[in-house]
Order: sequence, then C-alpha cells, then structure tokens
Amino acid sequence: MTTAAATASGEIQGRSLWQDAWARLRRNRLAVVCIFVLGFVILFCTVGSLLCNWSPHVTNLDLKAKPPGYEETLDRETWLRHKYDDLAPEEEQRFAQALKAGEGPENVTLRHWLGTDTLGRDLLARTMQGGRVSLMVAGIATAVALLIGVTYGAVAGYLGGRTDDKMMRFVEILRALPFLIFVILLTTMFGTRLWLIYLSIGAIEWLTMARIVRTQVLGLARQEFVEAARSLGLPTSRIIFRHIIPNVLGPVIVYATLTVPAVMLLEAGLSFLGLGVQPPQSSWGTLISEGADQMETYPWLLAGPAALFSITLFCLNFAGDGLRDAMDVKTAKD
Amino acid sequence: MPLLDVQNLRVAFHTRNGVVRAVTGVSLSVEKGQTVGIVGESGSGKSVTCYSMLGLIPMPPGRIEGGTANFDGVDLLKMSRAELRAIRGRRISMIFQDPMTSLNPYMRVGDQVMEPLRIHEGLCKAEALPKAIAALAEVGIKNPEERVRQYPHEFSGGMRQRVMIAMSMITRPELLIADEPTTALDVTIQKQVLDLIKERQRALGSAVILITHDLAVVSEVCDYVNVMYAGRLVESAPVGELFRNPRHAYTRSLMRSIPALQPKGGTLYTIPGMPPDLAKLGPGCAFRVRNAENGYLCLTDRDPEIIEIAPGHRVQNCPGCLERGNA
Repeated sequence: MTTAAATASGEIQGRSLWQDAWARLRRNRLAVVCIFVLGFVILFCTVGSLLCNWSPHVTNLDLKAKPPGYEETLDRETWLRHKYDDLAPEEEQRFAQALKAGEGPENVTLRHWLGTDTLGRDLLARTMQGGRVSLMVAGIATAVALLIGVTYGAVAGYLGGRTDDKMMRFVEILRALPFLIFVILLTTMFGTRLWLIYLSIGAIEWLTMARIVRTQVLGLARQEFVEAARSLGLPTSRIIFRHIIPNVLGPVIVYATLTVPAVMLLEAGLSFLGLGVQPPQSSWGTLISEGADQMETYPWLLAGPAALFSITLFCLNFAGDGLRDAMDVKTAKD
Repeated sequence: MPLLDVQNLRVAFHTRNGVVRAVTGVSLSVEKGQTVGIVGESGSGKSVTCYSMLGLIPMPPGRIEGGTANFDGVDLLKMSRAELRAIRGRRISMIFQDPMTSLNPYMRVGDQVMEPLRIHEGLCKAEALPKAIAALAEVGIKNPEERVRQYPHEFSGGMRQRVMIAMSMITRPELLIADEPTTALDVTIQKQVLDLIKERQRALGSAVILITHDLAVVSEVCDYVNVMYAGRLVESAPVGELFRNPRHAYTRSLMRSIPALQPKGGTLYTIPGMPPDLAKLGPGCAFRVRNAENGYLCLTDRDPEIIEIAPGHRVQNCPGCLERGNA
C-alpha cells in the first residue's frame, strides 16, 4: 500500500484509515448506487421543489383526487397563486403586486404528474415538500443525537468508574420513559411544533448513541496510546476529543446512517398519529397516513410518497451497511 | 542529590477481591544521567512503581498509601493533578511496551510527535513541525519530511518504537521511563532500539529507568539494578556487583533462567511455581514457597528487612534466601 502510494506520486503521502475505508466503500457497488440515489432524492426534494410550478398548499376543490398525469388549465391568477405560496403574509403582498404588474402567462396547461390529493393539491409538490420536512427532521434529530450522544458516551467511558455508573444510570432512566407519553406531554404543554419533533426524537436517539460510544471508549481508554497520551501530560479534554473520539468515529458514522431511517420512521409514526407535522404542512408520514385512508379508492395518493419513502429508507440502510463493511478493519479483505 | 529519590513507596489496589498490595515499601534512587533497571516477573510491581509516581494508575481502585518520591527536590506524590501533568511529557517521559498500540492509529505520526511541544511549550503547528522532523531524523527515520505525514500503520514495529522514542524525547526530559521497550520487538530490532535509547540518553544527558524482565538487557545497558518480587525490592546493586555477587535466592534463580548461561542441549531452567497472589500475601518472605534452595529457612512470621550488605548493595535479610558467604 505504502509502496504503491510512493511510486504513484514520487513522494510518500500518508494514507489514513479514512482513505482506506473510502477506497473499500467505492468498491461496494450497491452502497455507491444507494448513496447516489440518496443524493438524487435530496436534490429532488430541494431543487426540484423550486422548479415545480405547483404549490403544495393551493387547493382546488373542483379537482379532488385526480389520477396521475391529469392536465389542468390554469389562468394567470391561479398560476400566480401557485407561484406565490399563500401561507406567509408577505407572499400575499407579492402575489398582489405580481397580479397588478401583469406577470405570468395567460392560459397554460400543466400536468399533475402524480395526480392530486383530496383537496385538489398537486401531489408531486406535496411529496417534495413532505420529503424536505422528513429529511430535515431526520438530519437535525440525528445531528442532535450525535452531538449529545458522542460527547456524553465518550466522557462516561473515558472517566469510567463511579462517574460512568451514574451517567449510564441516568441514560437508563431516560430510556425507561415511554416515548409516546413523553411526546404527548410535550405537545400538550407546548403545542405541536416542528422543533418539538426534532427535540423529542433527538432526545431519545442520543441515548443509544451514548451507549454505543461508551462501550467503544471503555475499550479504547485502556489502550496503550491513551496511556501514552496521558504520560505526555495531555489534559483530559484533549485526550477525549483528539485521541478517543476520532477512533470511535467509524462505528458512530455507521450507527448515524442507520439512525436516520429510524428517525424518519419515528417522525412518520408521530405524524401518522397526528402528533407530528401539522397541516397544511406535510411530511412523508402525513402523506402516507392520508393516502392509507383512501387506499382503495385513490391508490396513487399512497403510491408516490410510499415509494419515495421506501426507496430512501432502503438506500440509507444499504449505505449504512456499506459504510460498516468499509470501516470495519477486521472484516476487510485486504 | 539524586534526580529521583523514592522512599518507602506503598501502593495498593482496593478491589472486590480484597486489597492488592502491589508495591510495598519500595525505595530506589536515580542519579542524573544514570540508567537504572527494575527487573522482575510479571506482576511484581515494576510498572506500578513508576506509574504511581506519575499519577498514571487508576484511582480508585488504586491508592498511594505512603512514601515519598522526590523528583529534583519536589515530592511527586504530593503534587496536584495539574502540576503532575506539567511534569509528565516534559521533564519525565515514558516509552511503552507495544509500539503497535501505543500510537494513535487515526493521527498522523508528525502530529503525535509534535503533541508534547504543543502542550508543554505552546508551540503552533508551524513552529513544531521542523522540530518533529528533526526529532524523527535523530532517531534514524529516513525521509522524515515525508514520513511525518504518514499514519502509524504505515510504519513497522521497530520504526514505531523509534517514533515513540522521538516523541518522548522531543522535550528533552530529565528522566525517561522505558516500560519494557523491547519486549514486543524481535531480537534484531531489540538491540537497535536499546542502542538508540542509550544514544539519545547520552545526547540529552537524561536519566533512564528501564523496566524489564530480561536480565540480559539489564546487564547490557544499566548502571544500577533493582530486583523486585511480589511488590517488594529484594535486591539492588550496581550492575557489575549484582552479576558478580547475587545474594538473594530470587536474583540467583533469575540469573539461572537466562538461556545463554545454561549448558547447551540441557533443559532450560525455570523458577518453579507462580508469583504469589498479592491479595492473599501474609507476612513473611514472599519467595519461600518457590525457594528451592533453603525455603524451609525463610521467615514466616515477619517481613524481612532490607540490609546493606556491601556499599550500594542492598538485599532482603531472609535467612532462607540470603547467601552470606562468598557466592
């Protein structure tokens, strides 16, 4: 490995364990494909929604639950309605200005690629918007879980002994709280807000993260290089953040990629129960929940969001598996 | 005044299975620039003696129960954790047994070698890098400018131990504690590493404490030797005196176990039995059950005391172990 790197560039360049893992990951086709698909889904939900002519919020009760591919002819006002979302007050002003200025085409025929929902809203636009909410919840909640869990677990594992005992008992107490009741309590106290979902999901996911990190650190803290770092007079914080955490990052990243789908499922579950995202906002969870109600009469209400959700979960899981294989030096074949 | 003067050090671990007295009344001293060996079997308390002085044993369950360890006139055992941290890695450094695990696999070698300078002398990366390169060059690593960017897994075992030496000597410590620095290396590399430690020691004028179970290594590099058994010092003497005139039965058994000193073709000598369980050790001579010579004469009711039998030659005064006449 070293010699190959040396001859290729003419001088010796260090190859870190990260680079090795990356090289192994690239050879795992399924994982690479999944990562690309994930990237595509994220682009679809963010950029795609900007390119879309339909607003996820504008209703049209004449066009309830039209099948995919249905064409609608819009006059100028409706077109502008869709362009300037009517949720925020300043959007309403911009809509009025644009209407006065004579902006937009007179009569256009646009296609509802995924059909419309029971309120006549474009399903594609709603799926994109729902995806944004779902991915954001997943991302933020996972980040919160990572931040708290890794720090907490590393400190507990490194300090060990009684401190570790107390810190882990606290984690167990929190774990023993029934999650749903916890969320219902929060929502009755603060109302259903999006940040509450981030908070409550993050608050339970960090517990598992802390346990995983703590177990890893427990073994690492007794390794000689940590002893060596202590014998060099390094302060504890530097040992934890510079020496220990980089060493547990492998399993942490793997677990994080597997946390994302778990969080998305949780959010979907909460939304399904009406505790999560509130209308008119949507998430994949609420869309699937609405679609499931009408599954027999209007199957396309379920099909689009469910397919996208499944593909995303599938890709996240396979990308996580691929990462685990790539990072785990013991199972590596070379 | 010696650089390091340990008097009557006592360390115990309070575990669920009882109190393990890992170090019992050990006294030793190290002069400036001297190389002092601590020899003994696994679990004889060699490492704990050194680790406890630097506050590196886990406390609890470990506890320092008595004694003093004056380093340059200041008692290490009375220092706060912050004061000890300022000494560790700057004035007293360590090298460990297994070079495969004593470097952080996720950090570039250069960053690790620089770390003591950055912590203790507050240098920034740009200031420390040339010094790290120079330090690697001094321990005989070729292309140090390029090697600093590599990771530990790209170094061989012997090379990693060289990196460890560079890292621990970069702050020019007055005392280097080498904990079995050659045990994990193969024989050809052992010699090179020992020579390197000697060479760096001479260049910087540091003192070295060499912890080992290999008497052959001791005879080669040390000026003074302390033999430990079951947490106690059984014999200590200048290296020539000890090899010429070993007085304690344990020292003699250790010497008989050196393969090179045994007749070719014969069965290699081993000391019978196992070191005693330090949690269950009662009073009396700890070596008595394994003493094949005169075990029946050993003290059973009280601990043997240390007597000075010749200038600089101290030994446990146990009738079964101590050979009084000319040996």
